[in-house]
Amino acid sequence: MPPDTEAVAEQVFTALADPTRRAILAALASGGPATATDLAARLPITRQAIAKHLALLTEAGLVTAEHGERRRVRFRLRSAPMQVAQQFLAALARDWDRPLEALTEHLDRSAGKPATTRLEEARSRHG
Amino acid sequence: MGFPDRIERTVEVAHPPDKVWAALTTSDGLAAWFGNEATIDLRPGGPAWMRWTDGFRVDMRVERVEEPRVFGFTWQIYGLPKDDPRRTYVEFTLEPAGAGTRLTVVESGFAQLPDDAHGKAYDANTQGWASELGELVDYLDAA
Repeated sequence: MPPDTEAVAEQVFTALADPTRRAILAALASGGPATATDLAARLPITRQAIAKHLALLTEAGLVTAEHGERRRVRFRLRSAPMQVAQQFLAALARDWDRPLEALTEHLDRSAGKPATTRLEEARSRHG
Repeated sequence: MGFPDRIERTVEVAHPPDKVWAALTTSDGLAAWFGNEATIDLRPGGPAWMRWTDGFRVDMRVERVEEPRVFGFTWQIYGLPKDDPRRTYVEFTLEPAGAGTRLTVVESGFAQLPDDAHGKAYDANTQGWASELGELVDYLDAA
């Protein structure tokens, strides 16, 4: 795994750990690109606080600033870092223990006799 | 420190490899323990899918068939959007262990990067994954 993958994921998780930034990212995800003023109207957060968080999120590459007409700056969510974070979660969300238990139960059932099983967690190599 | 690229589990079952093989590689077998409904075309490149009663469906592609030792398939990474080209590779290995079977499942490929994270085109991403998978299969075939 390239070393910057983890840094990207960490920035996403750090951003999501803060409720204000979470609200900003959620608003951009659901409503599309917006200016700091738009966001201040929609969220119970001051425009100053929103501007501060947007600067941080832009620096981290999680949102991108688009310069529109009349010097209005609109912020857009960048999906690429989110996809990197998502794949980190995918490894944690995968459950093989329950399917393997179901498999052994199925084999025992179809053989018509109970059987002993041993489930062991094998060493997981880190990528 | 990094998140795992692969997940590995080993389980010992008190049934011979041919019984385990049937449970892993037939429509009836898969539907009995994994999905609620399943179909599989058991040949490299063959399509397969499983569906659950809640409507969730997963599509698979059979990659490796070496009865009754190795069964491998690719499927979409859980939780990613339907159009995401990334896939993980799942390989079951069956080894006789006394009267039973030592079954190992390895799922790998969690650490693939979406190439657009590095500013490349989506097409390049799809192609990159396809060739990477080809290499993986070549490597596995040669092993």
